[in-house]
Parts: sequence; structure tokens; C-alpha cells
Amino acid sequence: MELLDVAARLVAVLLAFLVLPLLVGQGEHKVMAHMQGRVGPMHAGGFHGWAQLVADGVKFAQKEDIVPAGADRRVFQIAPAVALIPYLIVLIAIPFGPDGMVGQVLDAGILFVLAVLGVGVLGSLMAGWASANKYSLLGGMRTAAQLMAYELPLLLTAASVAMAAGTLSLPGILAEFEWWWVPWQLTGAFVFFTAGLAELQRPPFDAPIANEEIVFGAYTEYSGLRFAFFLLAEYAGIVVICALTAVLFLGGWHGPAADSLGWLWMLLKTAVLAFLVIWARVAWPRLRADQIQRFAWTVLVPLALAQVALTGVVRVVIA
Amino acid sequence: MSGGNGYLSPSGQEIVFVLTGLVVLGAAVLCVTTKQLVHAALWLVVALGGLAVQYLLLTAEFVAWVQVLIYLGSVVVLLLFGLMLTKAPIGPSAEADSGNRPVALVVALAAAGTLVTLVADAFRTAWIDLDTPHGESGPIGDSLFRVWVLPFEALSVLLLAALVGAIVLSRKDTPDAPDPAGTPGTTGTTGTGPAKGGGR
Amino acid sequence: MHLVYPAVLSALLFCVGLYGVLARRNAILVLMAVELMLAAVGLNLVAFDVWLRDVTHAGQVLTLFLIALAAAEIGIGLAIVLLVHRRRGTVAVDRLTELREKKPVT
Repeated sequence: MELLDVAARLVAVLLAFLVLPLLVGQGEHKVMAHMQGRVGPMHAGGFHGWAQLVADGVKFAQKEDIVPAGADRRVFQIAPAVALIPYLIVLIAIPFGPDGMVGQVLDAGILFVLAVLGVGVLGSLMAGWASANKYSLLGGMRTAAQLMAYELPLLLTAASVAMAAGTLSLPGILAEFEWWWVPWQLTGAFVFFTAGLAELQRPPFDAPIANEEIVFGAYTEYSGLRFAFFLLAEYAGIVVICALTAVLFLGGWHGPAADSLGWLWMLLKTAVLAFLVIWARVAWPRLRADQIQRFAWTVLVPLALAQVALTGVVRVVIA
Repeated sequence: MSGGNGYLSPSGQEIVFVLTGLVVLGAAVLCVTTKQLVHAALWLVVALGGLAVQYLLLTAEFVAWVQVLIYLGSVVVLLLFGLMLTKAPIGPSAEADSGNRPVALVVALAAAGTLVTLVADAFRTAWIDLDTPHGESGPIGDSLFRVWVLPFEALSVLLLAALVGAIVLSRKDTPDAPDPAGTPGTTGTTGTGPAKGGGR
Repeated sequence: MHLVYPAVLSALLFCVGLYGVLARRNAILVLMAVELMLAAVGLNLVAFDVWLRDVTHAGQVLTLFLIALAAAEIGIGLAIVLLVHRRRGTVAVDRLTELREKKPVT
């Protein structure tokens, strides 16, 4: 019985992992197209090109999988898996609804999520180094520098929410949630979401993969399915960061009729945040690598520290 | 605490622990013997990740996740960053090992023999009761901020000192440092050093 | 679980790290071996803490401190190594002998 329950949860998580990134990817195609006065994919599948990403997947699977002659074969080959799998593992701990609609309740859930997310970075680093390509190496180094810088504000703002709730467990945080947490933690939400965007190397923080200057950064030499894995990792990352922001700062499944419609609220909040991620890509030019560093250390870290201080003061006052 | 638990009928946790332990040990040995610099860092990832699993088996959940977060997320990334900046080549590098490998092997084996004999003899009958977890975040936080608050504050001062030290060490615009651009640049460019790749 | 398993593992891991520190020439590899030794100590502390059921969690708290210290150590260590690399073009620990006493001329 219990085994069946665990299996059902794992299958649900796997399903979410396979479907949600594709939805975000398709959404990106369409949203970007309409923002730029185009219509985007229209043919694959018939209705507004809904099957475009499925077709893309088939195309990727058919392409030849090339490993460059000078590359470090094994590291080059396992790098996409290292980049992708952490996002799958993280989804297990994110609650999608009230009353145990979560893969696994973890005592230190927030810590677990951030820890495992940090491991995914190694994939880009391995890819950048193992490709035996100067552009890839540059991309890898920019990735490392960027992630070191943005890990700190991410952790600090997550700690602020944990302080507010008095627990590290993600379902526990949602159980404590009150509506006025949204204005209270607004700065934290901004910092967390921005730092998450930078961790994903999404525009405007995409200097590590800037295709106009360093081809495609760490992913330059990849083709076929392994390249598709990196792309999937990017979209899975968007889902994870948006879902986490929704859980930590926007109340997750809280909303009218949360008992029956909690999962819908959660998905809706995630979708709105994912829309913001796509919008940012269309709206802003890319920051330079040094501007990215400066933004992290001189804007986000002080803001995150201010948020932690505010949280502490309010907690003491209302306690 | 002792008795009743023989070595010939290991529990499931013990089997998992020993298997993970073999992985950790193998990865650690590869980490210190491989000639490929970046591979050493990646084997270090495997060894430290395995250690996190062992912390979980010992019910020290909080420590396990902190280990993953700090070691795998930051320390190894920094190490890889360092290796890339010092131009780690792909393939074996002759510079990896020094000439005192035999001596090191002898010292390590002697230390291992002594320690293992001693430890195995001293704690042969000790039994860890893992039925009630002893390392959830709540109790750890309580003792960290009630009992160990002074060491904690001292550590934060030390971390600040380390931060300042790292910044001082990696600044490029000290007056006696060679000009990083390598060109007779205009005076007064100090202070706006290139932040390419990002400094710590 | 028998206490011997984690204790012996941590002893072995420590010795592997010891070998690494002594045998490696590249300074970054030496730093990695130091990390292995620190991690071995951490495992030992956690195992004994769980065994003793310490109400103050001394072992686990010390392990947390150890992890933080390891991060600081790697930050400083890498800064030094990179500085040395920039100045001298090498990170081999046995080539950095400028401060050594000159060998007597025979």
C-alpha cells in the first residue's frame, strides 16, 4: 500500500517533469513571437503548432551525437545528465497542493532544494571544460563566476522566508503562510526571482551562453539528444525556480477554495512567473559579465541582507 | 548498547552504508591518484556526495544537506574555477604528483593500519541506535543558537576575515603588481580593473 | 548500526587524504586532499554524536563549523594559489622554493 503510494507520487513528479518544461517552452515560442509581431510555430500538430516541441524532440533524437576529437569523452557525455537530473530530484520536494500533494515531505526541504539545485551547475562546468573549446571554457568560467555570486542572495532570501515561517520544510512554510507575507517579503521575492533567473542563465543574465560573442558557451560542441537535454534542463529550471518563488513568496496553493483548487492556484502562479521570465528575455538586452557581477554584489546582496534584517525585526516585534 | 547485534547478520542500513562507503573510498582514492586534474575534482564530488548519503543514513539530515550545499555547490565549483584559471589541460598532466609518492604511501598505510586497528579494537561492541533520528533541523538549530552561540559568532568573524583576506589577495591594482593589461596604459586606470570572469 | 563502520571508513578516508596531501604536486590537488581529510573528520564527528545521543549536538554542530571553515579555507587557499600562478606561472608546491636556504656550495 505504502509502496504503491510512493510509486504514484514518483510517477506524478516524473509526469510534471516531462510536461511542464515543454509547456513553458511552447509558451516561450508563442509569447516571444507575439511580442515581436510574429505568430510563431503554426504548422506542427495543426492547432497553433502545439506539437512543435515534440517535433523538435524527434528532430534532436535523429541528429548525430558528436563528441569532438580533443574532448574528454566521458565527462563530455555525462555532463548533460548532471545538468538535468537535479531539477527532477528537486521537483520531488515542491508542494503542489494542500494535504500532502507533494512528492516527499522533507524536514529541511528548502535546504534540500537549494543544495540539489547547486549541483546542477556542475553540469555546465563539466561541459565547458570537457569540450576542448575556448568558447566553451570561457562560458564555463563565466557560469562559475555568475553562480558563485548569485548563490548568496538566493540563500539569504530563502533564509528570510524560513525565518518568517519558523521552519525549513516547504509544506510547513505554506502552512504558516498569511497574505501579508507577500508585501512583507516583497524585496526578498524580487531578489530570489532575479537571482534564480541568473542561476538559470536566462536573459538578461545569459552572458555565459551569449551566442553573439562566445557562440553558445559551454554548450557549443553539443548536438543531438545531449544538446536537447541541456535545453530541457533550462526549461525545467524555469519551472523549478518559478514554482519555488511561488511557494516561498506568493503562498503556493493558497487562494480562494484552496482545498479543492489549490493545485490550480499553484500552477497559475508558476505560469505567471514563467511568463515574466519569458518577458524578461524579450524586453531586456544582455548584461555584460562584469555588470552581472556588479549587480549581484552591489544590489542583490545588500537588498537580501536588508530583507533578512526586516524579517528578523518584524518577527521579534510580533512574537 | 552492546550485545545482540552480530557482525554476521548486518542490518539493511549497514549494508547500504558499507556499499556507499566503498564508493566513497574508491572515489577518494581515484581523487588522490588520477593524473587528470579536473577528474580529481569530479571524483571529489562523488566522494563528498557519498558522504552526504552516509550522513543521511546516520539520520543527520541537516548536516547532510548543508554538506551538499556548501561542498558540492560552492567548494567544488570554486576548485573547478581554480583549475580552469590555472589552465588545467585535458588529458593526463605530468605535474600532478611529486617525487615523494612512495614515502607518502608508506606514511598513509602506516597511519591507516594504526588508526583502523585502534578504532576497530576500541569500538568493536559499540552500537548506534538509529531508530530515533538525531539530527533534525529543529533540535540542531536549538543547540546551535543556545549552546554554541559564541563559537558561531567567532566563526562569523573568521569568515569575514577570510572574505577580506581573499579580496585583498585577489586585487589586481596594488601598486607593485605588474600591469595586467601588459600595455603602457594611461595613469589613473587603477580602481577600474577589468572584472572579466568575475573576482571573488 | 555498528559504530565501527563509520569510524573505520572515516579513518581510511583520512589516510587517503593524508596520502594526497603528501604525494600531490599541484597545489589545487593538495587543497582537494585537505578537503577529503576534513570530510573524514566530519563523518567521525557525526557518527560519534549520533552514537552518544549528545543533547547539545556537539558533534554535528562542530561538523557544521567544519564545513564553513572548509569553505573559507578553500576561498583563501585558491586566492593564494591563483596569485602564485599569476606571479610565477606555476602551482607546483615543490617548485616554490624561493625562500629556502641556499644549498651550501661544496
